[in-house]
Amino acid sequence: LAPGSGATMLTIDRMAGATLSLFAAWVIRESQKLPLGTLRQPGPSFFPLLLALLLLIFGVAIAATGGRAQSFRSVGWKEVPHACGILAACIFSALALERLGYRLTVFLVLLFLLKVVERKGWLPTASFALALSFGSFYLFYTLLRVPLPIGPLGI
Amino acid sequence: MAETLQNLHAGFSVALSPNVFLYAVVGCVIGTLVGVLPGIGPLAGISLLLPASFGMDATSAIVLLAGIYYGAMYGGSTTSILMRIPGEAASVMTCIDGYAMTRKGRGGPALAIAAVGSYAAGTASVVALMLLAPPLASFALRFGPPEYFALLLLGLLALAYMSGGAIMKSLAMASLGLLLGMIGIDPMTGFFRFHYGLVELGDGIGIVPVAVGLFGLSEILLTAGQEKPPAVIQPRLVELLPSREEWRDATWPVARGTVLGFFIGIIPGSAHIISSFLSYAVERRLSRHPERFGHGAIEGVAGPESANNSATSGAFVPMLALGVPSGPIPAVMLAALMVHGISPGPLLIQDQPELFWGFIASMYVGNVVLLILNLPLVGLFVNILRVPYPLLYPAILVFCVLGVYAVNGSVVDLWIMLVMGALGYVLRKFDFETAPIVLGVVLAPMLEMSFRQSLAMSSGSYAIFLHRPIAAWMLAAGLALLLLSLAPIFVRSRKMIAWREALGLSAKIGKGDKP
Repeated sequence: LAPGSGATMLTIDRMAGATLSLFAAWVIRESQKLPLGTLRQPGPSFFPLLLALLLLIFGVAIAATGGRAQSFRSVGWKEVPHACGILAACIFSALALERLGYRLTVFLVLLFLLKVVERKGWLPTASFALALSFGSFYLFYTLLRVPLPIGPLGI
Repeated sequence: MAETLQNLHAGFSVALSPNVFLYAVVGCVIGTLVGVLPGIGPLAGISLLLPASFGMDATSAIVLLAGIYYGAMYGGSTTSILMRIPGEAASVMTCIDGYAMTRKGRGGPALAIAAVGSYAAGTASVVALMLLAPPLASFALRFGPPEYFALLLLGLLALAYMSGGAIMKSLAMASLGLLLGMIGIDPMTGFFRFHYGLVELGDGIGIVPVAVGLFGLSEILLTAGQEKPPAVIQPRLVELLPSREEWRDATWPVARGTVLGFFIGIIPGSAHIISSFLSYAVERRLSRHPERFGHGAIEGVAGPESANNSATSGAFVPMLALGVPSGPIPAVMLAALMVHGISPGPLLIQDQPELFWGFIASMYVGNVVLLILNLPLVGLFVNILRVPYPLLYPAILVFCVLGVYAVNGSVVDLWIMLVMGALGYVLRKFDFETAPIVLGVVLAPMLEMSFRQSLAMSSGSYAIFLHRPIAAWMLAAGLALLLLSLAPIFVRSRKMIAWREALGLSAKIGKGDKP
């Protein structure tokens, strides 16, 4: 068969099916660490094992029947750098929220997203970040009593 | 009947007294504000404001809390439609077509239909609650673990069935969601499953971080980096309201959603969550143009939103008539009543007629207040979309972080949202639907629990699922749906293909979800 023909091409379905199957296989292995029980009295790993087996079957079926799906190479990934920037901001939020407090964390996240990722000017960036971080804190923490973390500097 | 109307009249005189009416309005306003924020859903809103109701009389307290409940349910649909961020599991189906409508500049009509559908469903289901509460409550009690297991399985299979050509992908996603729902402490044996040292996972993966990640964050990741950012939509006033055709298309879905939602809502055990999923499946199945679903079909907003709201009223049936809460929210309301020395149950109507009928009447009032508040606000909410996307998405991201963190005050939830956002991004790139994952995560603990409880009831005999008529019928219906879904994979006759194409089942839902 010629390269790129339906039977040999790496398609999104084959890729996804294979990944799901691998994940299912890993869950099956992990499930063995827990008691399985019996058919009449299922244990804690009975359901996860059953579901992982189902996922394995579906994953294999998707991969096996996915020869005619869109090719993996044709999927556009142009937004990946942008998406990585946003994910980095999320990771920072998770790491900093309880250490720096809500207001400072949100201020820094917005500063990064607007200045570095979106390349906005300093003045709109700083004013937007300041207004949103302090404004949302006032609305939800002060008015609606939603518990939000306060950092070591008291902000 | 005459006695019921007389009682209702007395109830309205309570609900429309200035003091109680004010609490209904305040409750709806707070609920809408709270519901707009992802994560702070009705349960968190009611729980946060429960202590504030202790100083009130019982009628005012329950009216305030019910107002928050309705308001939050409606507020959740606003973010689902405008930003693809479901405030809670019940709003997930609204995201699909509601957001697709917003992308087409029809966010206003989607919000208006959601408001009117919620109002119609809420009002109709209150009538049903008033007339049918005692007999329905005794029917609901016939739902034991086997019936519950059968219903949940039927819900999952109905979702797979509606996905048409992509059944393998839908079933794989549902299995993945169910697997994620297995994380946490096994309630039957106490074993801690798949926790990897994280104590916070004891209660399992929260539905809010999963839904916000898979829908909200993945949308931001896909859209923000596009070479051409989404256009700033500036709708004209006339475009804020649905067209005559949209009203017509939405009428029957609202009616069907109302009936479906009410009957599912009365079943104890949080089954009301699947009402919006089932309503979406039914509407797509009955539509003459099912290929429009996922691309902005107004029926895909009207049906689930009505079912969702109707189930809210249905959930009060077992609470008021039997004193059995059908989910966490009625449980909190029950606690609020008990704080005031009132025990809901069969004698509530006799012992506290003022409270019971005042509560029923305040539900009518609450629905009207919500409609009056929200229809004029449609224009205001849609104006959010005038903000350029490079400024809008950082703000949405901040509210996602705030909302997800506020649910449990845990950073672990933020990490879950992050992982789910990345997963949702990749899955949508690979043309997979993410709604079945959310449904799987919601249903997994209930499905497993009811299955194992059923076997415990029957000393391990699987015949219990066949000996109980309701469970047997539902399992048979589920099996039929599964066979119908799988048939085209094995039977490739032209007649079958033509039939499926006529029903729009060859095209799978959610193509419109792709960027």
